[in-house]
Amino acid sequence: MPLRAKVATSVSKTAAALSRAAGRGDGSVIGGWIGLKIDPDLLGHLAAGRAIALVSGTNGKTTTTRLAAAALGVLGPVATNSFGANMPTGHTSALAKAGATPFAVLEVDEHYLARVIDETSPRVVALLNLSRDQLDRAKEVAMMAQMWRTALAGHPDVAVVANADDPMVVWAAQGASHITWFSAGQRWLDDSFVCPESGDPIERANGDWWCTGCPLRRPQPQWRVEDEGVIDPRGDWHLVKLQLPGTVNIGNAATALAVAAEFGVRAIEALPRLSTVASIAGRYAQVDRDGRNIRLLLAKNPASWLEAFDMAEQAPTLLSINARDPDGFDTSWLYDVDFSPLHNRPVLITGDRAFDLAVRLEVNGIAFRHVLSFEEAVRSVPPGRLEVIANYTAFQDIRAELDRVN
Amino acid sequence: MSTESTLRIVWIYPDLLSTYGDRGNLLILARRAAVRGIPVETYSVRSDQPMPSTADIYLIGGGEDGPQALAAQRLITDGGLHRAVNQGAAVLAICAGYQLFGHSFFAKGTKCPGLGLLDLHSDRGETRAVGEIRGDIDPRLGLPPLSGFENHGGRTHLGPGVAPLARVTAGIGNDGQTEGAWNGKILGTYSHGPALARNPAIADLLLRWATGADSLAPVDDTWPDKLRAERLAAAGA
Repeated sequence: MPLRAKVATSVSKTAAALSRAAGRGDGSVIGGWIGLKIDPDLLGHLAAGRAIALVSGTNGKTTTTRLAAAALGVLGPVATNSFGANMPTGHTSALAKAGATPFAVLEVDEHYLARVIDETSPRVVALLNLSRDQLDRAKEVAMMAQMWRTALAGHPDVAVVANADDPMVVWAAQGASHITWFSAGQRWLDDSFVCPESGDPIERANGDWWCTGCPLRRPQPQWRVEDEGVIDPRGDWHLVKLQLPGTVNIGNAATALAVAAEFGVRAIEALPRLSTVASIAGRYAQVDRDGRNIRLLLAKNPASWLEAFDMAEQAPTLLSINARDPDGFDTSWLYDVDFSPLHNRPVLITGDRAFDLAVRLEVNGIAFRHVLSFEEAVRSVPPGRLEVIANYTAFQDIRAELDRVN
Repeated sequence: MSTESTLRIVWIYPDLLSTYGDRGNLLILARRAAVRGIPVETYSVRSDQPMPSTADIYLIGGGEDGPQALAAQRLITDGGLHRAVNQGAAVLAICAGYQLFGHSFFAKGTKCPGLGLLDLHSDRGETRAVGEIRGDIDPRLGLPPLSGFENHGGRTHLGPGVAPLARVTAGIGNDGQTEGAWNGKILGTYSHGPALARNPAIADLLLRWATGADSLAPVDDTWPDKLRAERLAAAGA
């Protein structure tokens, strides 16, 4: 590593430690930010010599990254950005902090995938899904798919692990020369009714999909979810025991196993490690307070709200919505979510944009009660489970109230 | 479709134009009709289906450039929406749907023919208009101020055959001065997605137009009123 990069790495680690000591944050961004100021090529220098997997997509990337890192741990130490800091500053911090590991698994924000591929020369890139998310500033879905496609076409040496169920992902992945397909399902269909290649309608039936106007259609997946387990490319079924709730996380586990397989890890070796993952940066965490068992679920966009309803139990449920910078300022997406699964659950609402949510729930015919704080919510429900579903900054606010639970 | 007394609402091409929670307008209209005891039926008409011409209210939403151009092309070929408008149907057209009601609009850098049902045309602005929007609605419509969120790259130029829906007091709208347009029973606006969530009075105007009623029974608007007050204050001006 060049001297400049060594100095930058050292300063970066110090800044991250100071940030944590000062209680200012996880230190997962500030260290990388300072390091990159000293050496703009620091990420590339830190990546050199490591076998790297990148994980990107609209939803599930933090969880899948954590599971893939656990799976790769079979082979040796793995660097990873497990706090969801998924831009180059976060990658730089994570690699600097980890020291010289042979492997790294990095979650990458969709917008930065092309740049991070260029800078880190990964061995594997996993593409999970593409759906609407923060449209007031994010790239529209079709444009994002085009960016991915172009980036992968420029790196024919990269092995791609991609979701066969999402037409946008399949089209984006076609630029690659080595592709492994997995089937993790696609709950959210509204952003892929139109073929990205030809503009013709996409038809769906029994889990299959095809374009009505061009040859684009669902590829045969080598990895797929069946019952409570995963079928590997040889056709062997493996029971997947996770501490994380919901079938969506079995899909994330299938993806993690497919990624690990590219490094030579067998499913049978990886599975015990997947079952050790209990929560990720507060997601799925359970906290006991005043006799209530509070479980935290993060839902950032329409697709992930549907998944959260699927994971949550029939129990009192607090919904919290903000619309600050990291969330996007637009709350229109609330009408892309069907809140009907909350019928017959006691529902509490809070957050900066609780009134948007109130109007939405009224239209949906869901009874609710507005509370002014998380504390009030906890006091308002009987002892027992309280499910909390919140979008990004609302989730962080609640996590802070629970002593930054991980 | 069904009996004369039933209010029929069509959501045009949700497969193409539904990027920003546009379904909300359909849900809100249906609910506000049902609360008044007005029987209502809703229809989501996909772009590969014929467009009925006998419904009472038509809703068309926002979308990306490609689907917008495709929607305009199919609606022109189909002709059902033109017949409905000529027979006096009420329309709420949002964002990309608003643009395609004019004579022409730009999609993917190309000038595309619109439906010509509103006397206006749209082109590209130098900047994208993103954020809260607020405006004073044409006094002839007798409505409280418009509150919305806009997110568009277009600028719209009104001809003499339409009036601005509102004078902008915060945000951009058509051109920084005016926002949206209306003529007869057609309303167009850049206030995107579920615009009626913040503007229940516009929902009721559409219902009055469609039913011919001079007034509608009041409904409990506690939550929409709180939301409006918060957003109008947030928009400033």
